Amino acid sequence: MPEGSILDFCNVSLQYEDVWALKDVCLTLNPGETRIIFGEAGSGKTTLLKAVIGLIPVDKGQIKVFGEDITAMKETELFGLRSRAGIVFQEGGLFDSLTVGENVEYPLVNRQTVEHGNGTQDGGNVEGRVRDTLRFVELEHTYDKFPSEISGGMRRRVGIARAIVTEPPLVLYDSPTAGLDPITANTIMALIAKERDVRNSASLIVTHRYQDGELMAGFRYDREHEELVPVTDERDPRRNRTKFIVMKEGGIVFFGTHEELETSNDPYVRHFIKHEE
Amino acid sequence: MLRFLNAWIGPFQEFLLLAGRAFKNLFRSPHYYDDVFIQMDIIGVGSLVIVLLTGFFSGAIIALQMARALNTYGASSQTGTIVSLTLVRELGPVLTALLVAGRNASGIASELGSMKVTEQIDAMRALGTDPIQKLVTPRLTATAIMLPALTVVADAIGSVGAYLVSVPLLHIVASSQYWSTFWRALVLNDLAQGLIKPFLFGMIISLVGCFYGLQTTGGTQGVGRATTQAVVTASIWIFVVTFFIDKIFVNL
Repeated sequence: MPEGSILDFCNVSLQYEDVWALKDVCLTLNPGETRIIFGEAGSGKTTLLKAVIGLIPVDKGQIKVFGEDITAMKETELFGLRSRAGIVFQEGGLFDSLTVGENVEYPLVNRQTVEHGNGTQDGGNVEGRVRDTLRFVELEHTYDKFPSEISGGMRRRVGIARAIVTEPPLVLYDSPTAGLDPITANTIMALIAKERDVRNSASLIVTHRYQDGELMAGFRYDREHEELVPVTDERDPRRNRTKFIVMKEGGIVFFGTHEELETSNDPYVRHFIKHEE
Repeated sequence: MLRFLNAWIGPFQEFLLLAGRAFKNLFRSPHYYDDVFIQMDIIGVGSLVIVLLTGFFSGAIIALQMARALNTYGASSQTGTIVSLTLVRELGPVLTALLVAGRNASGIASELGSMKVTEQIDAMRALGTDPIQKLVTPRLTATAIMLPALTVVADAIGSVGAYLVSVPLLHIVASSQYWSTFWRALVLNDLAQGLIKPFLFGMIISLVGCFYGLQTTGGTQGVGRATTQAVVTASIWIFVVTFFIDKIFVNL
C-alpha cells in the first residue's frame, strides 16, 4: 500500500443475499487524485461510496481512510473520521428545516461540538468561512434562503459547499450531475475540478455522464484567469491523476486512464463511452 | 409461526437497541442542550393548550357523572375524593399521554421519517453526527421531563373543572369540603404513580416515535405509515404499561 494515501480498499466484498453489492474491490486514492466511477444502476457505485466512510459496513476486506482501518471501527468511533471527509449526496441531502447558511455551517459547528462536548458554537469566524464557501460555489446570495426556495442545481452546489467547508482532504460525490440540464451539470463539474485544483483534495465521483469524466481528466483550474483550461501537454502529470473505474455486479471491470478507457474493446465499458445525454 | 415471531421479535429487538443507545448517550458527549430545549418547547409548551382543555373537561365530566352516582348513595360529599383519585392516578397521566402521543409521537415519526427518506439521516451520519445523539436523546429527555409537568397541569386544571361543576353548577358539595376531601384523598402512593407513569410514558412516546421515524422506508407513503404505526403502538404501550404499574402499586 502506498504511503500517505488517502484511501485504500483491499479486497472489499459485500453481499446482499445472492447479490454482490461489492466484489473483491481494490482501490487506492492519493491527494489530488480523482476516480470517476461508471456503472449501470445497481452495479455497486453508491455502495462503494458509502462504504468509504462506513455508512454501509462491508462483509470482507479492509478499508483504510486517512491511514485508519475503518472496518474494525464501531459506528460511534466513525463519527470523528467522517467529519474529516466531505460527501455530496445524489439529491443534495440538505437539511430542509435549516437555511442554506445553517446547512453549510453545520459541519463546522458539528466539529466544534464533537471537540468541545456540547452544541454551543463560538460564532467567531464561522459565518465568514460559510460565506467564503458559498461564494466559492457562487451562491452567497442564498445564505438566508431555505433549500426548498432554490433550484435543484443550486441545491447540489449548496451540497458541495457543505461538503467542502471544512476543507476535507477527501470529497465523495454521488451522482452530482444526475437529472440536471447540461449547462448546470457543467457548472457543477467545473466547481468540482476547481475544488480539486485549489485545495488539492482527493475525490471519488460516481456519475452517469461521460462528459463529467472527460472534464475532470482533460481540464485544470487556472487560478489567474479563474476559469477551467484544457490540459494540452501530453506529458503533464495532471493528465494521469484522473482515472476511470467501471463497475459491474459489484466488481471493478475496468480501471485506467482516459486514453485507456477510450481505446477499451470491452462492449460493457464502451457502453459508457458512447453514452451521451 | 417462526416467520410471524420473527416479524415481531426483530423490530422489538431493534427498538431495545435504539432505546439502549439513546440512554447511553445521556452520559456521553457531545450533549445537544439546544435541541433538548427546542424539543421541550415543541412538546411541552406546544401541547399546553390541548392539555389544558382536555384536563379541564375530563375533570368536569368526572364530576358530572360522579355527582349522580354518589347522590344515589347519599355520598356526594365524597366528590372531591373520587375526582382526586381518578384524576391523579389514572385519567391525568393516561389522557395527557394519549394526547401527547397523538400530537408528538406522530410529529417525531413524521419528522424523522421525512429526514430518513430524503437521505438527511444518512447525511447527518456522513457529516460525523450520531443521529441518535442529535435526534433521539434530546427528544427522549424533553418528553420525559415535559410529560410529568403537563400531567401536573392537567391534574390541576381538571380539579378546577370538577370544582366548577360540583360547587357552583350543581351545588352538591360545599367549596371547602370539595377541596379538603380532594387533598386528603391523596397519599404518597397516588402522587408517586401519578408522576412515575407520565415519566415512563414520555420515554415510550419519544422512543416509539423515533423508532418508527428512523425505520421509515418507501417514500412519502412510508412516512404516513410510520406516523400511524407510531401513534397506534405508543397508545397501546401506554395502556399496557399503565396496567402493570397499577398492578405494582395496588400491591404496595
